[in-house]
Amino acid sequence: MSKYLIKRLLLAIPTLLGAALLVFLLLRAVPGDVCEIRLAGTGLYADQEQIDLCRKDLGMDKSLPLQFWDFISGYATWDLGKSMWTGKPVTYEIAIRFELSLQVAIMATVVAIIIAIPLGIISAVKQDTWIDYVVRTFAVAGIAVPSFWLGIMIILGLLIFTQKFFGVPWMPPIDFVSFFDDPVRNMSQLIWPAVATGYRYSAVATRMTRSALLEVLREDYVRTARAKGLLESVVINRHALKNALLPVVTIIALEFAFLMGGLVVTEQVFNLNGIGKLFVESVLQHDFTLTQQLVMLVVLIFVLTNLVVDLLYAWLDPRIRYS
Amino acid sequence: MMRFTPKLAAAAMVGASLGLAGPALAQTPKPGGVLNFVVGSTIPSYDGHRETTFGMIHPIRPLYSLLIRVNPENPSSPTDFVCDLCVGDLPKPTEDGTKYTFKIREGVKFHDGTPLTSADVKATYDRIIFPPEGVPSARKAFFTMVDSVTAPDDFTVEFKLKYPSGAFIPALATPFNFVYSKKDLDTHGHEWHTKNVNGTGPFMFVQHQPGAYVEGKRNPNYHFKGQPYLDGYKAIAAPKMAVRLQAIRGDRAAIEFRGFPPKARDDLVSALGDQITVQESDWNCVLMATPNQKVKPFDDPRVRKALTLSVDRWGGSKYLSEIAIVKTVGGVVFPNHPLAASETELLRLAGYGKDIEASRAEARKLLEEAGKAGMSFELHNRGVDQPYKVVGTWLIDQWAKAGLDVQQRVQPTGPFYDTLRKKKDFEVSIDFNCQSVINPLADVSKFLGSAGNNYGQYDDPVLEDLFSKMQRAGSEAEQYNLMRRYENRALHEAAHEMITLWWYKINPHRSYVKGWKIAPSHYLNQHLDNVWLDQ
Amino acid sequence: MSTPPIAVDPTDLEEAPRRPLLERLWGLSKGHPLGAAGALVVLIMIFAAIFAPWLTPYDPESNSFEHMLSPPSTEFWLGTDQFGRDILTRIVYGARTALFVGFTCAFVGSFAGLVLGVGSAYFGGKTDLFFQRVMDVFMAFPLIIMALAIVATLGTGTDKVIIAITIPFIPQCARVVRSSALSLREIPYVDAARACGFSHMRIILRHMVPNVMAPFLIMLTTFVGQAILLEASLSYLGLGVQEPTPAWGLMLQGGAEEYAESAPWVPIFPGLAITLAVFGFNLFGDALRDVLDPRLRNR
Repeated sequence: MSKYLIKRLLLAIPTLLGAALLVFLLLRAVPGDVCEIRLAGTGLYADQEQIDLCRKDLGMDKSLPLQFWDFISGYATWDLGKSMWTGKPVTYEIAIRFELSLQVAIMATVVAIIIAIPLGIISAVKQDTWIDYVVRTFAVAGIAVPSFWLGIMIILGLLIFTQKFFGVPWMPPIDFVSFFDDPVRNMSQLIWPAVATGYRYSAVATRMTRSALLEVLREDYVRTARAKGLLESVVINRHALKNALLPVVTIIALEFAFLMGGLVVTEQVFNLNGIGKLFVESVLQHDFTLTQQLVMLVVLIFVLTNLVVDLLYAWLDPRIRYS
Repeated sequence: MMRFTPKLAAAAMVGASLGLAGPALAQTPKPGGVLNFVVGSTIPSYDGHRETTFGMIHPIRPLYSLLIRVNPENPSSPTDFVCDLCVGDLPKPTEDGTKYTFKIREGVKFHDGTPLTSADVKATYDRIIFPPEGVPSARKAFFTMVDSVTAPDDFTVEFKLKYPSGAFIPALATPFNFVYSKKDLDTHGHEWHTKNVNGTGPFMFVQHQPGAYVEGKRNPNYHFKGQPYLDGYKAIAAPKMAVRLQAIRGDRAAIEFRGFPPKARDDLVSALGDQITVQESDWNCVLMATPNQKVKPFDDPRVRKALTLSVDRWGGSKYLSEIAIVKTVGGVVFPNHPLAASETELLRLAGYGKDIEASRAEARKLLEEAGKAGMSFELHNRGVDQPYKVVGTWLIDQWAKAGLDVQQRVQPTGPFYDTLRKKKDFEVSIDFNCQSVINPLADVSKFLGSAGNNYGQYDDPVLEDLFSKMQRAGSEAEQYNLMRRYENRALHEAAHEMITLWWYKINPHRSYVKGWKIAPSHYLNQHLDNVWLDQ
Repeated sequence: MSTPPIAVDPTDLEEAPRRPLLERLWGLSKGHPLGAAGALVVLIMIFAAIFAPWLTPYDPESNSFEHMLSPPSTEFWLGTDQFGRDILTRIVYGARTALFVGFTCAFVGSFAGLVLGVGSAYFGGKTDLFFQRVMDVFMAFPLIIMALAIVATLGTGTDKVIIAITIPFIPQCARVVRSSALSLREIPYVDAARACGFSHMRIILRHMVPNVMAPFLIMLTTFVGQAILLEASLSYLGLGVQEPTPAWGLMLQGGAEEYAESAPWVPIFPGLAITLAVFGFNLFGDALRDVLDPRLRNR
């Protein structure tokens, strides 16, 4: 077990290094730099002298290998650099947004599980009946709807609906308050993006629950259980579901990891100051240091989630041994 | 330039105030309340001297004072400036227009309690005009006429100019010229102000959540007694236009200071009726199309002229102003400024005639002569919807009507600048001029081939000569005539640049926001000391 | 994928008893009504894309300001946008852009993935380990960020969008194909082929590729829908296809949101078009999966 773990962790190192090199080179290939964007606010005018000064300040006049070395060696001392846009430490910029992103990801997961598991079960049990078709249509639609479009429709719907019925248009707050400071305001802001993303997420999970359960229901031991005359509900709950959970847990974990850094478009729609919005801003502002560290964070989450999923597999299904 | 004939100045003021519902003057301001507003950009640093974005002006400007500012009671006038940290009327220049003496207000305190003296003002302007080696100053070039800044006593500051210049006072009033404390600069150095705030403004810094909001609270020791009326403000970052619009609709914010498209205004008004007040103004920003004269066939003036001839500006003004933040047909000078061309004068320029069919026929003829009829090219544009992409899409259609086949290449802001400044591989690009304080004598330098912000890659001695004559012209009449010749050269004869339409600023806001008056720039009149809430 | 693949000789894939095509299709549709509905949507889309100029009297790009933002009427069935362009016309022409982006990305992405996946599995050892690490990097790399960077580097435009969307597809497909192919490598007849001294190319093409066709085809259909959605997201962020080209994502961007209230037809119809198209491809893909390989349901 521990040998396997060490091997997996060692294998993650080339992945992380590769990602670091990739993001480093990609960013340098993008024309334009943070100094031009910053200094050309009015009328596109910027003194070359001022731009050079700004570049020097940010260490962008250094050679590429040296810049890459600064980036990588920073991990040894946990000095992840400063945002080129705000001048604040990258760790600070990420930390203040992490709570929001984490909370939305958790809430969307909860929404997804609440919808997906029951629907998936019904759909599998009633395979090829009209109920199954309705559930599958609902699920496929969830994958097909662009979640940002759904977000726009939700906000618009809220504004129109509240004005019609209460006379005063209401929309979710646009500035974040921690759940621990003001839970009501916090929830009234985050429930909507959680629903908009949770729907897509639940659609993926519903399909997975259905197909995993269908596969298990064909297994011999389920047939045996049925043959023994056990109640259908007992067969499903006690025997089938437990074994069908594996791929469902996998997909939920992978989606969760994706949500941590992938809410790029939804955060724009709901004006959420999270990791995804920071991502877009840092890329558009050519804030190299910040973008690099954000990519590394997302890659790290991805790698760790995959590891956890594999360990979960082993734990849930004793048949699988680490090879 | 500051001595306009009364007739011209009055015309300018009337022309500019177009508010649908003018701010009520009769009411007495009520103190209290917190103003929430949305800002469509983020804050790079708090240091006004080095930054250029409105994203930092809107949240940070209320924390600082300026030496002089645009008159908050008459911000629509492009020529009305008043004292902020100085006292009395704006000083008249002496010594043949080369010396300005300012009396500094006494009893003003920085937020940390340090009293303000002329030494602080001198230190501020020294840093802006003559920054020490390695210290950034974004608007150093605005002050090339300044020879020295001195503080003969604790409450007097003198600016000595190398030559008399009408561009000096407007440059002084630039809203980025925050007055810092000399003590801070001396003890903390030049980086301190990027992350810390210590000003004399109407509000004091409370906190900044990067990417989210800035909070300010009332400064009880503000130098204008009784002001500010607000207890505080919260500037909420909302990069998407739709969110900003919805925020006002759902009352998460009361106002947005940059500007909304016309349709957004109509939607807000139809949904909320008299709970929304709309203020509108011409805007000191203009989009142009710049042909790259190093790329064939744009070195041919006939081709450039044909491009500008094909564009129906008057029709565009009518229709485009319903969907984009542009409206007014104008030449090189801000439309309401005394130095701007009259309509008759505009009509003589290529592409400004009212008979568009005749213009397009002429355009086709010119293209025929140049052997380029029906040519195709690429329009380089910036990836911002309002108004860049809207105007770009409109231009392409205008050109299509003259038989030209134009594709659009849109780039995000960073690569867009890079193409203009370094790669220079575009054929025709959207280009813009957007300034804070209206200062035509300085602003029109944009059209000079030698200017740092000109991307047409041409060299026109005639234009350079007219410009330098204009800078030294003694009377406004002379300035006006030279400006017409300059405009004719840049837009008509040589057709170096083609101006599309001037921007039009529309600020629909919650009616309970009182005291704020629209200015012709989103950088101006943003100190919020005279704003109050009628709730 | 822990299920052992069933080795199939390529000739087995062809159905032995020849029934009339229509009858077979009818049989398939009855067994997979949702899949049939999906196929119908896809066919309508392809039809609209091909015959766009004959389906609508309007030009998708030309402005006509007299008609700007007109509500749906007999003249303009789905209304017009802020430039007075007929929305139905732009949706119909937009199907061209969507299908072009969707199919190009899906084909290039899945073929490259197929080659890399099978190759990696076949050669195994260090080659496999190396490819896997490279694939890991691209898999872990946030998809939308990759797209953002590519578009920012190469500029915007339909071709750039295709590159941006295709790159992340490659490792996704390669990984699935590899895991199917991996177990094939050990199957006796592949060993036998190797023993016969057949070239690598021949073994890969003749013996391995046909056996990973099922996961490959499933990835392919999923990718078409995904590519259409991604194109819409990129266009929404202003990094996708550019005006005046008619494209669905583009139609949702900028103005559409601002006019959402007084002109709801501007954002609603293109959004529905995207949803319906992706919906169609996914239903079709699901049915295809059921037909091709009932055991591969969970991917």
